[in-house]
Amino acid sequence: MNIGMNKKTRVTAQRHAFAAFILAALLTTSSVALSAAATGEFHAPEIPADARLPKNFRLTDANGKTRVLADWRGKVVALFFGYTQCPDACPTGLARAAQAVRLLGTAGKEVQVIFVTLDPMRDTPAVLREYPIAFHPDFLGLFAPPAQTPAVARAFRVFYRVNPGATPQTYTLDHGVQTYVYDKKGKPRLAISHAASAEEMAEDLRTLLAEKD
Amino acid sequence: MRLSLILPAFCLAALPATVQAQVEIHTPWVRATVPQQQATGAFFSLVSPVAAKLVAARSPIAGRVELHTIQIQGEVMSMRPISEIPLPANEVVNLAPGGAHLMLLELKTSLKAGEQAPLILVVEDEKGERKEYPLTAEVRPLDAPSPTLQGQHEHRHEQKN
Repeated sequence: MNIGMNKKTRVTAQRHAFAAFILAALLTTSSVALSAAATGEFHAPEIPADARLPKNFRLTDANGKTRVLADWRGKVVALFFGYTQCPDACPTGLARAAQAVRLLGTAGKEVQVIFVTLDPMRDTPAVLREYPIAFHPDFLGLFAPPAQTPAVARAFRVFYRVNPGATPQTYTLDHGVQTYVYDKKGKPRLAISHAASAEEMAEDLRTLLAEKD
Repeated sequence: MRLSLILPAFCLAALPATVQAQVEIHTPWVRATVPQQQATGAFFSLVSPVAAKLVAARSPIAGRVELHTIQIQGEVMSMRPISEIPLPANEVVNLAPGGAHLMLLELKTSLKAGEQAPLILVVEDEKGERKEYPLTAEVRPLDAPSPTLQGQHEHRHEQKN
């Protein structure tokens, strides 16, 4: 628990942890340094207060309604970026989030998990409505129009790349698989690694839920 | 009674030596989809008694089936088509979430947990002879666990502690 670290060192360490996290996402380097740099309060690396991660978003839900982060003020929000044709990291990430929310019991109602598609061409509203709730009835899918998706990903520093497939419809995506967690005041706080467990995620969410509104 | 025991033994002995040895396929499953979702992964393990390779697959419920592999580096997941999956003699080769797997593309139907999905695997031996293996894979829930990723998680803990 940060023995021998004063507050300043700790903040610097957090900043470094986050910088390393973003670097890992962009350069596809190892994540080992990241997990080692996590602070004592949370399992996941903390996003420093001065990180330029968006404090808001404007995305659309399956019903065509515009949603902004402030819609969930007072709740903890977990943002996961992916695509439904992803065979592995996306279902695994959402299954873990669902398990974490269930581990919280009734407090799980105070967490909103949002799946933001990086593939709005194929993840039509019909798919986006059904896919997240296959993991948990409270999960929500959001999208930006295809032309704006790259800008959204860039703003959130989520790496992704489209790889052409054998046919125009069978392309695949490489993409970042971290989960961003915003606190009840709407501040970006944690970047949870794909390798974190549901238990660790639940503990981190519980710590954030215990903070004052 | 005695005849029924002898007869199959006789038939086996009479088979020509050139017939390709049977590849064993264990616990095939595919991940469920939601309506209009066009792709999903198929997973199983294989054991071939002779060196061979999985070179193709197809399914009546998918326009295309491709062999893919997944890599997670740092916090980025990438998936790529591959042309074949080697099957060394007598080794268990796992096609599992987090690694090599089949992708069922251009799905013609959505797959609900508990249903059965037909698949045909094409295995080629070292002489270039191909054999087809029809099978049915169990459709498991969308949130079925991914053992490989859990393995990575345990690994990370070892490094952390």
